[in-house]
Formats: sequence, structure tokens, C-alpha cells
Amino acid sequence: MTARTDIRFILNGKNVALESVAATDTVLDYLRIERRLTGTKEGCAEGDCGACTILVGRLRDGNLRYEPVNACIRLLATLDRCHVVTVEYLSGPEGRLHPVQQAMVDHHGSQCGFCTPGFVMSLYALWMEIPHPSDKQIETAIQGNLCRCTGYEPIIKAARAATAAGSPAEDALNIERQAITDRLAELDDGARVELSKGDSRAILPSSVDDLAQVLLDEPKATLVAGATDVGLWVTKFLRDISPVVFLGHLDELRRIDVTDDMLELGAGVSYSGSRDVLCTHFPYLAEYWDRIAGWQIRTMGTIGGNVANGSPIGDTPPVLIALGAEIVLRKGDTRRTMPVEDFFIDYGRQDIAESEFLEALRIPLPSRDTHHAAYKISKRRDEDISSVAAAFAVRVKDGKIFDARIAFGGMAATPKRAGAAEAALVGAEFTEAAFRKAAAALPDDFTPLTDWRASSEYRMRVSQNLFRRFWLETQGGDASVRLSA
Amino acid sequence: MTDTTVEAPIDTDQRKDPPLAQHLMQAEQGQHRIKGGVHSDLAHDSAIKHVTGRAEYCDDIPEPAGTLHAYLGLSTRAHALIRDLDLSAVEAAPDVIGVLTADDIPGVNDVSPTGRDDEPIFATEKVEFWGQPMFAVVATSRDAARRASRLAQVTYEDLPFALDPVAARAADMGYVTPPLTLTRGDAKSAMETAPHQIKGRLNVGGQDHLYLEGHIAFAIPGEDEDVIVHSSTQHPSEAQHMVAHVLGVPSNAVTVNVRRMGGGFGGKETQMNLFCAVAAVAAKKWNRAVKIRPDRDDDMTATGKRHDFVIDYEVGFDDDGRILAVSGDFAARCGFSSDLSGPVTDRALFHADNAYYYPDVLLNSHPMKTNTVSNTAFRGFGGPQGVIVAERIMEEIAYHRGLDSLEVRKRNFYGECERNITPYHQIVEDNIAPRVVAELEASADYQARRNAVLDWNAKGGIIRKGIALTPVKFGISFTATWYNQAGALLHIYSDGSIHLNHGGTEMGQGLNTKVAQVVADELQVDIARIKITKTTTEKVPNTSATAASSGSDLNGMAAQDAARQIKERLIAFAAERWQTETDKVRFAPNSVEVGSETIPFAEFIREAYMARIHLSAAGFYKTPKIHWDRATGKGRPFYYYAYGAACSEVSVDTLTGEYRVERTDILHDVGKSLNPIIDKGQVEGAFIQGMGWLTTEELWWDDKGRLRTHAPSTYKIPLASDRPRIFNVELAKWSENREQTIKRSKAVGEPPFMLGISVFEALSHAVASVADYRKCPRLDAPATPERVLMAVERLREAG
Repeated sequence: MTARTDIRFILNGKNVALESVAATDTVLDYLRIERRLTGTKEGCAEGDCGACTILVGRLRDGNLRYEPVNACIRLLATLDRCHVVTVEYLSGPEGRLHPVQQAMVDHHGSQCGFCTPGFVMSLYALWMEIPHPSDKQIETAIQGNLCRCTGYEPIIKAARAATAAGSPAEDALNIERQAITDRLAELDDGARVELSKGDSRAILPSSVDDLAQVLLDEPKATLVAGATDVGLWVTKFLRDISPVVFLGHLDELRRIDVTDDMLELGAGVSYSGSRDVLCTHFPYLAEYWDRIAGWQIRTMGTIGGNVANGSPIGDTPPVLIALGAEIVLRKGDTRRTMPVEDFFIDYGRQDIAESEFLEALRIPLPSRDTHHAAYKISKRRDEDISSVAAAFAVRVKDGKIFDARIAFGGMAATPKRAGAAEAALVGAEFTEAAFRKAAAALPDDFTPLTDWRASSEYRMRVSQNLFRRFWLETQGGDASVRLSA
Repeated sequence: MTDTTVEAPIDTDQRKDPPLAQHLMQAEQGQHRIKGGVHSDLAHDSAIKHVTGRAEYCDDIPEPAGTLHAYLGLSTRAHALIRDLDLSAVEAAPDVIGVLTADDIPGVNDVSPTGRDDEPIFATEKVEFWGQPMFAVVATSRDAARRASRLAQVTYEDLPFALDPVAARAADMGYVTPPLTLTRGDAKSAMETAPHQIKGRLNVGGQDHLYLEGHIAFAIPGEDEDVIVHSSTQHPSEAQHMVAHVLGVPSNAVTVNVRRMGGGFGGKETQMNLFCAVAAVAAKKWNRAVKIRPDRDDDMTATGKRHDFVIDYEVGFDDDGRILAVSGDFAARCGFSSDLSGPVTDRALFHADNAYYYPDVLLNSHPMKTNTVSNTAFRGFGGPQGVIVAERIMEEIAYHRGLDSLEVRKRNFYGECERNITPYHQIVEDNIAPRVVAELEASADYQARRNAVLDWNAKGGIIRKGIALTPVKFGISFTATWYNQAGALLHIYSDGSIHLNHGGTEMGQGLNTKVAQVVADELQVDIARIKITKTTTEKVPNTSATAASSGSDLNGMAAQDAARQIKERLIAFAAERWQTETDKVRFAPNSVEVGSETIPFAEFIREAYMARIHLSAAGFYKTPKIHWDRATGKGRPFYYYAYGAACSEVSVDTLTGEYRVERTDILHDVGKSLNPIIDKGQVEGAFIQGMGWLTTEELWWDDKGRLRTHAPSTYKIPLASDRPRIFNVELAKWSENREQTIKRSKAVGEPPFMLGISVFEALSHAVASVADYRKCPRLDAPATPERVLMAVERLREAG
């Protein structure tokens, strides 16, 4: 197969082709340094402040969808076959402000102004999707944007008012939608892309089969989906990740299949991409899911990546383990499956071989006799890494607990089931006393560590208390058990 | 990067005048009022540039060909002798031009802002905190410099270290700057004879500024000894003087420019000096433009923050909860050098009374040296750490006496004609705290809501509620009296357009807008006629930091003075030209009326120019009435006080310690506001920032002395979803400054920061409910969910 050696994308409506792209080149540096598009700012270089928010549009099954992303940790090579939109593209050539911009001016949404272009871009993405958002939707859309001056109130007001200043139908990206769709389709030549700059190499396989082949050829390659973790290896640890193999562009890995008893997610499904289907089958996950990072990270990051990187504090593994999910690992044409919990061997060590990759996740659909919950405890409610994450799946028949799967993150070197606590529950009457006993058994399961997110004592105490919360919540939705959303 | 752009290159140069300004320029006499005068809502002058991304920050300035990039090499020990610093690998790294160490500094290796000579740019014999700069590397790209900076081979000999004020006192680390004592009466005997006494300790964490734009300096060498430094500093004059000091050249060789900052909050008052100096030294050494911009991790590791305090307090009071005596020891984590720790710890004592009268009082500061980054200015400048102790004392008394803490507060307010003398012997002449609190109590429906909270908690559920109404009184003026001066430069060009420059810097607070409003009002022209220009040491010399909330008070007055000077000349000219009395000349909106004749402003200016009238003036202002004798602890350090109050209600999950701010009501005093919408933005933003300080923002050092919360991933400032679910913010519209400040307004930057204490106190109230309000929870700050849960458990265990 002949590989293409450049990336081709559209930047603010103009076609661009780039050769000589390093594995570690970031979109932000490209925009600011190479293109002098300085409206996009660097605030943290780790995807946490949103000052670098841009929109990236890509064809997914023929549909053009724009999503907000953090340019600071988005790797340049992954722009292939995308339309990149920066703040400079928003106001018309005659200088007329975009409705979102006008609303920000009218409502005094900027003070120092440094975070402002990022807010404008997030609000723009929201406005295109939901012209009349609720306050909750606005807050969720700007979880990934920090403002240190305004206290946010005027930004919320601007978000509410944007649609009054103009309708999405008149928006440039919507007017150009068909033309851009056609142009992106033209760029989609189905080729593998092999990039290099000096010794640094990046590969975008043409298909999942091609990905399997590339990994056989490049057993030491760094596999990258959303780069929400690997991006920080680059920007914070200055690590060389070459050769890097990207998979985020592969539609095949973004497939979601629902059968009678199973939900199968391709490894490339993002947090955002999985939200609707997950919340349909597991409605209790809605609040939890919206507390994973900020919008930009949720559009970039994948569940597969969250599992594959083996972090003890990823938000999805406890949930997947409690649900009895399996992963499909593939090497060449050989596949094996294993329960998610067995994948994590120790800190930084997973059951994955060279050239092998996580291809899909399979989540059994819930049975009616199961009580579920997922809890995230963090210093800040939103866009924070868990101090403790916990997921419960407890099955009850005739007043007796006959199965319990309870998994924790942040309590050990890996995401892990609470075996002793589960044992205390299984076979017991479904009563508060059983949960008290299970909580008391938790120190047999975990010896959590103390770090900047939480102390060992707090992690243990709050985890034990979550058994009480779980019990209370199964007893008929007493509103006083939870804080208002 | 090979760039084979298919179509024409993108036109990135879309910078053009905002259409709004062009529109406003065509303004016209005959209006009843000018557009953009004082006491009116007006958008930030850069609002359109902000939202379009066209506002230029330091890193956006086009770089001259050959621009180099510097990066700091930081220590990885909290306290150690440097046995060897081997930079050969750094120098040999790709694209490196060279390195800078203390040996390369032509002048003095020091950027101590108070002249104590205790803050080297580059450590030489020893390092005194983890993250202390030891060298800089200069390369052709920032990436190359940053990579090279990690290649130094350093041999350390470890020394014992102390990270916090308690450990520092135990280790006898000493003070970084002389301590202060404020005393009045005889606190000791008043305490002994008081019917009740309580002793306690309050730990208050520090705070990182987390300005969205980090530190940055960009130096361009000139001829002779000259250098121009573009930077993001709140204190261009000090940066100028420091660069000169470090280069060993006179100040007149150095120009510092600041168009705007992406946030400052005090973090760029002194902390930018080092970056300016390194960029300037490198620029002169290699005769090329040099930029330095640390990564966020390094910014947070290597630059100072709000001081953490450990405060031991004692209060004596009577059965009614009236205070008889207060004593307090305020130990601060100052870091390895003095920086601004002297005035910061002083201000903590100045505000340890908040709005309350202490009949007998003794307050001591302990500015402890610690092996941490040198702490610095941060909105409130020590004041918040004083105010929070006063509020803790109110809480202690309330729980002890079984009273509503608001009632205790009211009983202890300063009086108007008596009980009105502060611990530093200044008379409180403008006390409006009782009125502000009474109005807020009514508008927030405090009593009914407090009863509802008590009823809710009486049910004994998992979710508990708390409510608190706390006031703030904040002293306005730099306590360094000589800082209370300002200059401005005003030109009117012969076409009638106006160029305004002043010594203040714009960091988002809308200072430039407010000062332009003052000039517009004085000359009665639409604000669009006035061009706001970058702050530069070339135009206004010897300026003070834009700090202490003083920006518009000082610079507004200086600009007004400049406008009045020109106006006086114009009036004299008009009287002569139109042969009339000077009192017949009137500046009307966008015109000048001379007798019965009305001349459009531009035409009038043209005539004045033709008549050779001097159309430029340098204005000046110094704050009257203030004086301060630190040795005796007596004086009038503050020109006036700004007041405010906030009422917050929270819900707390007693299983996890998580919480929600359900509602906050604020009534804040800004005197007669120059620009109410901008002031309201300051109040809202300060409240949220103050709330963040006391809730989720936690600085955490590991056992090696390394700060582990060094970026937004680990250091959590409030998000939109953390703001109160209901948020009512009002300015006290009736308030006018009794002092002759600019248009009778009051400073606004810092005072509302302390309104965040209402959230902290409300959390405490909710926690107290688990022990039926019999005990003061003594919550420490920041009240993270962990601290809240642990306080709940502690209270429950104590039964």
C-alpha cells in the first residue's frame, strides 16, 4: 500500500497540506507560532483551562460535526481530514461580531480577556448544538474553561442571550456545511498516512486492519486515541513518543452496537460519543458522565484509552468493572477477551502484549434485579480527577443479596474490586446492616495512599460512607441524600 | 515545517479598529450628555478585541527575526548547598545559544523589591526552595530551551528544611523581615478579667493566583545601554528599576511596556521582575530579542503566592458576647526571602479587627522564613487572613453564648462616635457597616432563611444546611505611604483626538476604561475620542504598582489633574479669543460654549492649536491625610474604608463532605461608582475568587518540599458550576465616599474578595449542626470536602 506523507486539512476555510510533521507537534504551537493565529491562547498546556479551545470538524459516517477541543494537547498529525476553526474565523470579514461574541460584549463577559477566546469557542459549539440551552447545559459546556476574573455570572448571561443576537442557521459554518463536507470528502482518500520530521514519525493507519498491521510492524509504537493523557507526556514531560500510531480518526473504532444483552463500544468511542447510549441503558450514569473532565476532553478522550492507559484514577474503569464489562484485545488477526478487572495487573502494568491493542468494550445490559450507582468524589465538583470513584452493582432476589460487584478507583494501585466488602454482602439480607458490615470490611480491601487529592483517611472514610449512601438511595429516592445537581 | 498551502496564505492580519469605535467617533455636539462619562455603565474598552482574539498580549507581539527564547533551570531540592552545577549538557543541547548564571549578571544578582538584597535571580551557593532558579538557557526556540533546561547535572548537599510556619518556628528559622506589633490598652489584664475567654488556632491556606496568562517578558536590545522590555507586569516602574539594577545601568536606559495582562491579582506585582531581568540580560548579552515564558508548572512552582497563615487567637468577652480583649499571633509562610512579606503581614494585623471594635488588643506578626517559594502580593494582601480571624472570633463567641453569629457581629461593630478606634489608632470616621449589614439582612431575608435552615437541620438528615452573613471593612491606601502617588500624561492633538496615558496597568479590572471616563467627563467629550494607550515607563515615570485596589483612585485623579490643566489653558484662551470672561466659557457635550456661541470640540481645539496653546499636560496626584509610623504602630495608614457584606447559604453532604453554595446575596460599597457594571464585575469575580481560596484551592507540598499542586489539573479554582445557584449582587447605590476621591468613588479590587468568607462561615454553620451548634467546628481553610467531612466526624465523635 502506498502511504501518503502529508496531512491535509482545512484551516478556517482554506485548504492546507503539511509535510514534515513530528509526532509531538501540537496544534496550538502550529496555530500560534507557524500561522500567527494568536487568538488561541496557551493557559496551561494540559487541557485543563480551555484558553486554547478551537473547533475541529470531521466527517463521521458522512456527517460533518464540529466539536470543541484543546489545541494545546491535540497533536497536529490528527488534523488530517478535519476542518479546524479558530476564533479568528468567527467574526465576518467586515468585522461584524458573531452572535456569541456580541453577547459576550453586551453582558460584560470578559475582563482580562485571556480566557475569552476559549469561552467564545466553547459557547459557539454549544450554540450550534443547542440554541436555547438551560443553565445546566451551559455549565456543562464550559466545565473545561477557567475564568479567574469574572466569577462566570456574566458569561452565563451571555450564553443565555447568544441566540437572541443571531440564529445558528445564519452561521458561517452552517451555511458552508455542504461545501466543507464535500471538500472534506475529497480529502478522504482512504490512504494510510506516514509522517516524519527528522527522526520523529507518526502514522495514521487507513483502517483497523491496517492498524493491526502497523502495530505488528512497529511493536514499540505509542498508540494514541484522544491524546488527553499522552498529550501531557509531550507538553509536560517532554517525552518522545515516536513512532506514534493514531487511531482516533478510524470510524470503525467509533462504532456502537447494541444487541439484546450487550452494548459493544469500539475502543475509539469518546466520552461524549458514548453518553447518549450509556445513559439510555444506565440512566444513573448521566451525572457521573458529565463530571468526567470538561467538554473538550470528553470529545477527545476515549473510553478505550481510559482503560488502556491503566491509570488507577480513570473514571470509567470502576464503572466498567462493576458492570462486568469485557474488553477485546487484538493482535494481528488474533483476538482475546477478558474482564476489565483482569486487565489491570499492577500500577503501570496491564495485561497487554506488544503489538496488541484494545479494539472494543462489551458491557452486558443490566438485569432488572440490579441496584446500580456510580459515585465520583473530587475536590472540585466538575473537571477534576477523582479522589475516589466507586461503582456499585448489587443484585437482590427475595430480599437477599446474591451478587455484588463493587469497584473503586483511587483506592489502590489499580482500579479494583472490593472483594471483602462484596463477600460481606453476598448472601446477606438486603438491609442497612449488611452495608454497614461491608463498609467495615473495606480496610481489608484497600490501603489507600495520601496525596494532593486526598488523604488516606479521607479516602477510606468517604468510601465507607458511600456504602451508606448507596443503601439510602436504594430506599426510594429521598431527595435529601444528595446535593442538588 | 514544510507548508504547501494549496490556496493563498491565510490573512492573519485581520486587526482593524472595532466598528463600534469608528461609529462613536462621529459624535456630535448637541447631545445632552456625552457617551461614556463617569457614573455610567460602559463596556471594557477592549471587550471587542477580547472576544475576537485580537487583543494583543505579550506573547502575541510579533517577534523580530532571530528572536531567542530563554528558559529557567530550577532546583530540585528544598534546601541544599550547590556543590556543583554542571551545565555542559545544557550548552551542548540542540539549538542552544548559551546559558546564563549569576556570573553573567553585569549588575547585581538581586531582585528583592524592598532593597533587602535577599532574592537572587540565580541561586549561587545554595538553594532555599524546590523550584528556585539556578540558571537560564537561551536557545533559538522555546521548546529547545525548555528541553535543555532539564539537562543540568547538579550535585547538591542536602540541608534540613522547614516548609510551614509552625515547623519554621520550631526550627528557629527566624523572620524574613521585621515583625509588627499593634497594641492598644492592656489586652493581658482585660483578658484575665473578662467573664469568658476562648483560645484557638486557625490554619489558613495560601492561594495561587492562577492568572490565565502566565509570566512572560520579552526584551529587545537597543543602542548604547538601552533595552526595551515588553512584559505582563503590574509594576512597570519597579521592573524598570530592577532591570537597571541587574544590568548595572541607569534607569533611563530601560523602558518597560505593558499593554494589558491576562490577569494579575498581585501575582505580577514583584514576581515579574526576575523574568524581565533574565530576558534583558540575555538580550544585551547576545544582542538579540529574547523572550521568556515559563510553562504553567514552572510558573506555579517558581513564583510566589498568597501567604498561608497559622493564627493563634484569644478573645475575652462578656455574657452578651461583647468583646473585651483580643490577642493574636499571626505566623505566615513567607518563603525564602522577604519580597512583600513585611507589608503583607502588616496588613493582616491591620485587618484583624475587620469591622469590630476591640477595647483592648495585642496583635503580633511573625513573618516566618520557610523553605518554600517567596510568597507575595495577592488581592487583599494579607487583609483576608486578618479578616477571617475576626470572623472566626465572632463564630467562637456565638457558639459559646448560643447566639446567632450575626447578632454577635452587630454587638461588636465599630460605633460612629465612640468605640471607633482601631488597633492602629486610626479613627473609623466613615463606618457604614451597620447600614450595609442591616440592608442585606433584610434584602436577603436572612432571619426567615436562617430559621428555615435550623428547621431543616433539626430533621437530622444527611444533607445539612448552613447560612452566614459576614461583613467586610477594608482600608484603602498603600501602607507604604510614598506609593500613594500617581502620574498621567494627556495630549490633545490638533484634530481634537485625545491620547491618554497613566501609570496604572490594565489587568482586566477596567482601569483604562474608568480613567478614560474621568477624562471624557472632565473635557466633556465622548469617550471614543480618547485613545487608551499602553503603560510605559517612557511616558509616566516612577509609578506605583497597580495594586492595593488603588488604580482608579490614584490614576483617575492624576488624569483629572492633567485634563484640568489643559482645560484651564483652553478657558483662558477662549476668554481672550472671544473677548469674554472666563466664567462664560463652558465645556458642553462635545463642544465648548463661549457666551452664546457653541464651537464643536474639534474646531475649538484647532483654533487653540493655531493660537499656540499647549495641548499636553502631565498630571499628578498624591493621597492626602495619610501617615503611618510603623515603629509605634500608630497613624492613619488608610485614607478611607470600603465596606460590603455577603450572605451565603450552603448545603453539605455529611457522608462525603461535598457541598453546594445554594445562594449568595451581596451588598457592596464602591462609593459613587465610576462605572457600576465594571464594579459589579469586580465584586462578583472577587467573591468567587475569595470563595475558591477558602474551599477548593489547596496548595500541597510533599515531604520533600515539592509543590504538587502546580497546574489547573491539580490546583482547583472555581468553575461556573461552583458559583452560587442563586447569586444576587447589588452595589450600595446610596454610598458616596466622604473623602474627596475621584468623583467620590471607592476602590473595588480587593474589598469584595473577603465576601467569600460568608461561604466558609456557612459551611462551618452546616457542620456545627451535627453537634447541635454547641461547639465551634473550627474548620480550617481551605474547607475542601475532605476538611468538611473530617470536621463533621470530629464533631460527631466529640458528641
